[in-house]
Amino acid sequence: MAESGSSRKPRSSHSNAKTLLVAFAVCLVCSLLVASAAVLLRPIQQANQHIERQRIIVGIAGLMKPDLNVARTYRQIDVAMIELSSGRVVDTLDPENFDIAKAAKDEHLSEPLPRSADPAQIRRKPRYLPAYRVNDDSGRLKTLILPVYGYGLWSTLYGYIALREDLRTIQGVRFYQHAETPGLGGEVDDPRWLDLWEGKIAFDDNGDPRIELVKGTVTSATPDNQHKVDGLSGATLTSRGVTQLLNFWLGREGFGPYLTRLREERERG
Amino acid sequence: MTDSVRKILFSPVVDNNPIILQVLGICSALAVTTQLSTAITMSIALTLVVACSSSVISLIRHHIPANIRIIVQMTVIASLVIVVDQFLRAFAYEISKELSVFVGLIITNCIVMGRAEAFAMKNPPWPSFLDGLGNGLGFSAILLTVGTIRELFGSGTLLDYTIFPLARDGGWYVPNGLLLLPPSAFFLIGLIIWVVRSWKKAQVEQAEFRIKEMRRPTETT
Repeated sequence: MAESGSSRKPRSSHSNAKTLLVAFAVCLVCSLLVASAAVLLRPIQQANQHIERQRIIVGIAGLMKPDLNVARTYRQIDVAMIELSSGRVVDTLDPENFDIAKAAKDEHLSEPLPRSADPAQIRRKPRYLPAYRVNDDSGRLKTLILPVYGYGLWSTLYGYIALREDLRTIQGVRFYQHAETPGLGGEVDDPRWLDLWEGKIAFDDNGDPRIELVKGTVTSATPDNQHKVDGLSGATLTSRGVTQLLNFWLGREGFGPYLTRLREERERG
Repeated sequence: MTDSVRKILFSPVVDNNPIILQVLGICSALAVTTQLSTAITMSIALTLVVACSSSVISLIRHHIPANIRIIVQMTVIASLVIVVDQFLRAFAYEISKELSVFVGLIITNCIVMGRAEAFAMKNPPWPSFLDGLGNGLGFSAILLTVGTIRELFGSGTLLDYTIFPLARDGGWYVPNGLLLLPPSAFFLIGLIIWVVRSWKKAQVEQAEFRIKEMRRPTETT
């Protein structure tokens, strides 16, 4: 077919009609190829992401042991959908298949945030989000895991923060999805950096969230070191994004009402 | 295997290697070679893409209008790269996370464009496929060499199996941290180029200029 006489004449390759036709045909074939690969493989990719999220939740809950099955361990965790404004648990939504990114675009499931009240730069805030609880045998809360997200330098970082039973001390922070610069902002995945979070205090004495990523190294001599974590070197904007998003989601606009309810529940015993 | 097939397929491995002779595609060679496993995945992905894109472009080469040929090549290459990326995300999720943006950057890898423009536009599909495969193998050969050295001497492991027990964990080997940083790949590629060119003198480039010998001032009064 390629050797046929007409197509070999240089003339025909130069006509505008032919140029447009070839461009159109190439685009059509390529887009079909790309679209079908994306659609056909999506279920498998989503299953992978699902397992990855479960692994991270189990990991920061501190339940992970080397030879443990992630899916089985995950069943020890109670998941509930929380209405953020009231902090109440709602039963009408399925937390397992709740897609945060999709919900944030949905007219009914989210509300727009004014610029001034949007430090995490998420533009729209979901009305509901899942919360994960690890309870001890008597049903008392041991670890609370909350989804958090916000904008870094290039991308939205999606992750979780785990709080200990006092609801002030951080157990761990992990991100499961982002597209920050590998080696700089991408170091939010560095296990050594993530280890620094353990034991930090997320709230000040008034109960307002207070977490800061600071330049340089935080030592025991740093004032207020219980609220501070080393910033990522060479990634000022990603570090600022992480600070803002954590404070936002732990604050009044985020999980604040839910945390207040849990604290009251805890005081009642 | 006929001689011509062997020549097209294997000459890019040593004699006409895209990295060490043409010095193309070194950006990804820096980024993905800290570990052997990512280097292997990147090698397979790039070899697949360059072989397929060369065949496809060669198939339609008589129909590609000269004035939009580069963008047509780019479209074909980009589509193939996206498909490879989607497959990795579905079947090699862990590795696809480590490779992150670098799979996408195969689109701009000069080797792929270079083979499309230099070979596939002028040759039939089968030789183009072989040429793509050969260049992929040449790229892989360097990537695997560099990846092996960097992982072995930088972390004391190969494919995550401990070869040299680290001093940090009670062994004897103190890893060379430089090898985990991107510049070390430049040094290694430079050393490989030196070794290959001392072996294959034909690859040595003609010097562009020559420094004149210094002459004494001829006359003093």
